[in-house]
Amino acid sequence: MHPIFINLRRLALYLVVWFFFGLLLAYLLTVSHDISIRDALVLALPLCLFYAFICLSSWYSCRGNSPEKYSLARLLSTHITTGFFASIIWSFAAAGLAHGLSKTAAFHGLSDRFRPEIPLVFGTGLLLYLLSIAFYYIVISVEASRDAEARVMKASVLARDAELKALKAQVNPHFLFNSLNSISALTSSDPAKAREMCILLGDFLRRTLGLGEKAAIPLEEELSLIRAFLAVEKVRFGDRIQMEENIDKEALSVPVPPLLLQPLVENAVVHGIANLVEGGYIRLAIHSQNGTVSINVENSFDPDAPPKRRSGVGLVNVRQRLQTRYGNLASFAVKAEGDCFRVALTLPAKIEVQTA
Amino acid sequence: MTPETKTKIRTVLVDDEQLARQVLREFISAHADLEIAAECSNGFEAVKAVAEQKPDLLFLDVQMPKLDGFEVLELIGNQTAVVFVTAYDNYAIKAFEVHAVDYLLKPFSAERFNAALTRAKQRLSGGAPQKSPAAADLAASARPPAQYLDRVAVREGSQVSIIPVSKLDYAEAQDDYVALASAGKKHLKQQTISNLEASLDPTRFLRVHRSYIVNLERVSKVEPYGKDTHVAVLSSGVQIPVSRAGYARLKSFLDR
Repeated sequence: MHPIFINLRRLALYLVVWFFFGLLLAYLLTVSHDISIRDALVLALPLCLFYAFICLSSWYSCRGNSPEKYSLARLLSTHITTGFFASIIWSFAAAGLAHGLSKTAAFHGLSDRFRPEIPLVFGTGLLLYLLSIAFYYIVISVEASRDAEARVMKASVLARDAELKALKAQVNPHFLFNSLNSISALTSSDPAKAREMCILLGDFLRRTLGLGEKAAIPLEEELSLIRAFLAVEKVRFGDRIQMEENIDKEALSVPVPPLLLQPLVENAVVHGIANLVEGGYIRLAIHSQNGTVSINVENSFDPDAPPKRRSGVGLVNVRQRLQTRYGNLASFAVKAEGDCFRVALTLPAKIEVQTA
Repeated sequence: MTPETKTKIRTVLVDDEQLARQVLREFISAHADLEIAAECSNGFEAVKAVAEQKPDLLFLDVQMPKLDGFEVLELIGNQTAVVFVTAYDNYAIKAFEVHAVDYLLKPFSAERFNAALTRAKQRLSGGAPQKSPAAADLAASARPPAQYLDRVAVREGSQVSIIPVSKLDYAEAQDDYVALASAGKKHLKQQTISNLEASLDPTRFLRVHRSYIVNLERVSKVEPYGKDTHVAVLSSGVQIPVSRAGYARLKSFLDR
């Protein structure tokens, strides 16, 4: 929708501005030569009204030539060329009007008196056209920033929503109950180990506390959360979990939404390791390159495993959070190849996650 | 075998976590009349152990490698009393309340374990096999609503095979069994055909006859056969009888 036509008030304001341009032009016409105020007004006001509508079209020209896409030289040449043609049209219109008026008794000879002013009219037309171009660029940038603001607002609402859901689902009841059961087993057979397990579980739970209030944590913190989680699961699964890490040091300080990766590792345990009699591997690879962090979580799984009752929720959640936080700057892909399940995601390394 | 051991209740423990089995072992060791016949860490082992050991009582975890607890239950018949042991599973708990001897939620106390044991003993001393509903019913009610089977587990002796439903050509009722035809082989499973029908996705499988369910993807054509009846010819060339009602269902499906 053309910004001038959004409501009548805008249109009226626009015409008022052009009315003043008309007065200005009339004044300019009277300055040097023998055109009376009355003649000048009769010429300038309808001309400006006409030109007001011609200049409406520059909006489309501005929209089609965004400053982000084209060079300044290219923009200038485009707009000056169109302005040149617009101004020629308006100069012809002016000459035509003067000619028409001079046929009447009241404006006899106006056409001749007006002719020397044509270069002035042309110059004014070009300037007014470029002025309108500048005006529309301002309108567009104001709208864009307002849009961006709205998008950020929406994204932060969505992100917080997803976060809450993620956190609620976080301390998975299965995980908690099974861990408690392991402790129960160890209390009689190996009290020291039972105590260790209590400490590991406490450590993990403490790390998850308060994460909901944080919009982002350094990747390093997320990794220690994952390690605390796996330490607990290793007591349950013993040698069945083989963890392999390959992590770039530069990536450690990159801010990430909390609990972005932990659900992926938990999935790898619940849907991968837990279904394998002999256990399997979880490989976590994190690389930082050209401002992008790529994260791969791979695990072995049994393609013929019993169907799971709760599946994919964690993955959907992670995908959604990446989407709302980073939009197109992040990617998320899931692939199952033979007995290897892989989640690959990338996210921008530099962008500070929006603080809530 | 001494007379004393004969009176013992033979149990099998099934859990993929060693520590979880350890708790059960510890609680069982407090009862002189219990004996552990086998410990299993996955569903295949469990089915094999039940077939070979014929235990009286099974402590069965739900989430395990290979076969889950419900699939195991479907395959072992109902000569064995089953106590489920699980951490947390909404649907499963509902099913246990209706069908199982008892269920233990991890972590559980020795008292809770003893209570389950008492219930199991009552069931066992009742003599006759449990008049509990078919295992397949329990498995069906433990499935979340609107979720159809994507595989069927069958047992021949102590051998378990898994048939993905996409590889199931058709099923044929044979008394108390259904014969599942897949990849040119037939597998017998103790289940009613109606029960099987209810657990299969109705957009992929159709009951075309009192005794037959077909995989719609396999039907290559339907031909008239005698008065009022038809046969469905599968891509393998096998002909499946189609009843009048079955033909109407098939037709309305194909027209859609």
